[in-house]
Amino acid sequence: MTVKANNELLRVDDLHKQYGDNEVLKGVSLTAHSGDVISIIGSSGSGKSTWLRCINFLEQPTSGKIIVAGEEIKMLAGSKDALKVADPRQLQKIRTRLSMVFQHFNLWGHMTVLQNVIEAPIHVLGLSKKDAMERAERYLERVGVWKFRDTYPAHLSGGQQQRVAIARALAMEPEALLFDEPTSALDPELVGEVLKVMRSIAEEGRTMLVVTHEMGFAREVSNHVIFVHQGRVEERGHPREVLTRPNSERLQQFLSGNLK
Amino acid sequence: MDALIEYSPSLLAGAWITLQVALLSLLLAVSTGLLGAACKLSRIAPLRWWTALYTTVFRGVPDLVMMLLFFYGGQVILNVISDHLEREMVELDAFAAGVLTIGFIFGAYFTETFRGAFQAVPAGQMEAGRAYGMSDWQVFWHILFPQMLRYALPGIGNNWLVLLKSTAIVSMIGLADMTWLADQAGRSTHQPFTFYLAVCVLYLAMTAVSNHVLQHLQRRYNVGVREANV
Repeated sequence: MTVKANNELLRVDDLHKQYGDNEVLKGVSLTAHSGDVISIIGSSGSGKSTWLRCINFLEQPTSGKIIVAGEEIKMLAGSKDALKVADPRQLQKIRTRLSMVFQHFNLWGHMTVLQNVIEAPIHVLGLSKKDAMERAERYLERVGVWKFRDTYPAHLSGGQQQRVAIARALAMEPEALLFDEPTSALDPELVGEVLKVMRSIAEEGRTMLVVTHEMGFAREVSNHVIFVHQGRVEERGHPREVLTRPNSERLQQFLSGNLK
Repeated sequence: MDALIEYSPSLLAGAWITLQVALLSLLLAVSTGLLGAACKLSRIAPLRWWTALYTTVFRGVPDLVMMLLFFYGGQVILNVISDHLEREMVELDAFAAGVLTIGFIFGAYFTETFRGAFQAVPAGQMEAGRAYGMSDWQVFWHILFPQMLRYALPGIGNNWLVLLKSTAIVSMIGLADMTWLADQAGRSTHQPFTFYLAVCVLYLAMTAVSNHVLQHLQRRYNVGVREANV
């Protein structure tokens, strides 16, 4: 990638999300520069997943701005509490630059591992089948699941499926990767293999936004931690600062219940 | 036996009519079913209400009654219209009436089959498509539709078998399908048993071939599903 260091890749400004009377996000903001690995932590129900899902518009925010590599997602006032996208094509284009990895993998069940990884590069990015296959094989190799390329996802373990999902995300060659609790649905003994892959792609200098419960990952891999509590950013900063000397009582409580 | 040999060309011609009625009805029923399922799952409330009315009525009235009502009642309405316009009388075609009735009755069943199958596809599958920049159409065509088929196939198979057998009712409006021809031949030769048995065998042959094709399709669309062995 030829993105200059400290180039601003993603900015979220004052994002609100409301379901009826329930305001899940009460104005959250973040800025990610090229190469940043940002961990978003917080207890369940704090709004951290909703925040991530608003960034690529899987959920419609109630208000706020999302700017990806200088391009702002154009929104219109929609029904009830949700904004709607003004230009679906613009959103599609922006989504190709922000690949998402889901908690439940969401690999397409009717396709083999290889088909899963070449699907979007061919149909969305317009790559030739040959180029897409080359890319797919490279990334499958990279995350260590190449030998399963002709297998269907249902025949793989959770950890293997999540690694395939990471290869699928990398094959889009996005500017940033969004991880939505990527290890929360895994059996404890499978968490390690996924974290290892995530750590190694972080070390390549990729920009990552990770909603996670893994404090070890937040502390050792990310360069910025955001603690969300009841829809607000309660504390943020370098993991060494935030996780070892938390200022707020909330974060102290959260961390003491999360000693790992 | 001689009688059967003598009448076999005409019986086979009747079998061909039966097959044509069945296949054209299936085409109509599947298209109606896909459209109906889309309406039932639509965000637009009146579309849901009208489709609910359609499936209730068409699944709630016997096929035979519906066909007689449509054929004879439809003829009465056509006569009134042609009288009114002072045109020549238009006769309702039994073949078209048969296909339309069976097609719309089974369209109601297919609506329910497809609705259930669409809903069985986990939301995360479509979400992953959207998150990777696919258009609504791409999500539908590459992800939702092939996965929906997997859930719909057992129901499609059942509907098809029932539909195929239902085509026998077109004999009641005078269409020369194999049941009608067997009835005629049985009466004139005084061997009704022989000819009805022949019709049974022909229907069985068609359903047996169908079962074979359906099993093949189910294997094809079930790839990637772990099978439970009980």
